[in-house]
Amino acid sequence: MSLLKLNELYKTVILDHAQHPHHHGQLAEVPGVTLNNPSCGDVIQVQIEVQHQQINRIAFSGTGCTISQASASVMTDVLSQQTMTQAQQLIHDFSQLIMGKSLTTAAKHQLGDAAVLGTVAEFPTRIRCAMLAWHAAEQCLAEIGGTDNGSKS
Amino acid sequence: MGKMIKDYRADFPILQTTINGEPLTYLDSAATSQKPQAVIDAITAYYTTSNANVHRGVYTLAAQATDQYEAVRDQVATFIHAPQRESVFFTRSTTESLNWVAQTYGEQFIEAGDEIVLTAMEHHSNLVPWQQLAQRKHAKLRYIQLLPDGQLDMADANQKITAKTKLVAVAQTSNVLGVTNPIKQLAALAHQHRAVIMVDGAQAVAHQSVDVQAMDVDFYAFSGHKMLGPTGVGVLYGKLALLEQLTPAQFGGEMIDNVDWQTTTFAAIPQRFEAGTPNISGVIGLGAAITYLQQVGWSAIQTQEKTLTMQLLTGLAAMDGVTVYGPLDANFHGPVVAFNVAGVHPHDVATGLDMDGIEVRAGHHCAQPLMQVLNVESTVRASLMFYNTSAEIDRLLTTLAAVKEFFQG
Repeated sequence: MSLLKLNELYKTVILDHAQHPHHHGQLAEVPGVTLNNPSCGDVIQVQIEVQHQQINRIAFSGTGCTISQASASVMTDVLSQQTMTQAQQLIHDFSQLIMGKSLTTAAKHQLGDAAVLGTVAEFPTRIRCAMLAWHAAEQCLAEIGGTDNGSKS
Repeated sequence: MGKMIKDYRADFPILQTTINGEPLTYLDSAATSQKPQAVIDAITAYYTTSNANVHRGVYTLAAQATDQYEAVRDQVATFIHAPQRESVFFTRSTTESLNWVAQTYGEQFIEAGDEIVLTAMEHHSNLVPWQQLAQRKHAKLRYIQLLPDGQLDMADANQKITAKTKLVAVAQTSNVLGVTNPIKQLAALAHQHRAVIMVDGAQAVAHQSVDVQAMDVDFYAFSGHKMLGPTGVGVLYGKLALLEQLTPAQFGGEMIDNVDWQTTTFAAIPQRFEAGTPNISGVIGLGAAITYLQQVGWSAIQTQEKTLTMQLLTGLAAMDGVTVYGPLDANFHGPVVAFNVAGVHPHDVATGLDMDGIEVRAGHHCAQPLMQVLNVESTVRASLMFYNTSAEIDRLLTTLAAVKEFFQG
């Protein structure tokens, strides 16, 4: 078979992230959201600690395929130290990219390694795998946003 | 006829196509089978020359449509060896047939404290309807466990099926492990305790002769689309004495005898259980599928499928780091093989194979409790039919080795 075709989706940077994921593990006493991929039963938990409207710590745990694990790993790199608003924008940009929409060069640059996952758009059956961690982060931020606003004076 | 098993492949137009620039190697027939030209033509012919609603019109065209539709009921009755045509009625799918029994027989006869016995290998469609029923009725679900090689533990079946059992629901053939269960023995066990047995035949009907009387099952469900027929048509067989006690699950046109302002009397069985306009073209397509399967013949089908299954099992067992779930002996196997490659997620394996035109399933196969038993989240599954070839199994094994190498480095 042509490994070239596999290389289109599974670029080296994606394989590296999947094999050696960043920010993998659990954070004690940090809020998180757990989502599952109903087609394969994979479960990913994303935890985010926000201080002064900025993501201080982020981590993910759980198992999954190369795409979901790599996507979660690059996401933690990209979202680390971002403000809540920036993080929400990055999540939006990433989902646009994965759905095959074009992004500005600046927006792509902001996504860093995550931009490499843009090729997933050509593999529609794998979009759910790529989005899983990002959906969890989005929900987590929404929940934190809700409580954070309430506690702020 | 003199047609060899390999000659039938040419009857399936889709098998001549390409995927990702490679010849389509379709190994997901357990999800849905491909359709021969004869089935496609029967559906087209119905819409081209015979389309009218059934059981209603007094005009010639309606009579023709009704005759064609009802002829398939006779065909199905013969195909599964039902004692009479009234025991057979058409549904949307296996899932609808199973839900129908839960919502009629289950609703009428299951009471608080009763036990419903399932197996650990059931598809969600033969599990969730009973789980919902058990919750509504405060009944208890019990599961017959499996032997280490994936076959049903009949000693456990003897323990689980007791005087408290009201209903036993079991797959004839597992959609993951490929094992075929001893239905006749299970039926005898259920009947010994005055319970009824409902069999999910979805994975069996296309691969072996089914005899509902010899097995002595009370209800038997299957789908058209896994046996060369179209999607959207299923069958439910029930023993007449049981069907006569059941209140219909759905009401409307075609199922009534007489409707007054306050009360309605129902049509005779089986019309009583077919409310509304049925899937007429689907039923006619199912009829063509049965005719086609009978032309190929069970002996040729089983020889081919067993040979290919053995080739696949042997090839997988010889690969380092590949785990096969279920028995390794093709004699205990339907043409369904679930496996995993160490360190490579099933989705990645399936995408890798897909790049080479090889279509397999990856996931939990709608059997999450079974995944717990196997201690995995998901598996790869290759499933075959007589239209597959030995060369295709070789392609799968070769590409699988390359995919494994790619991910394991």
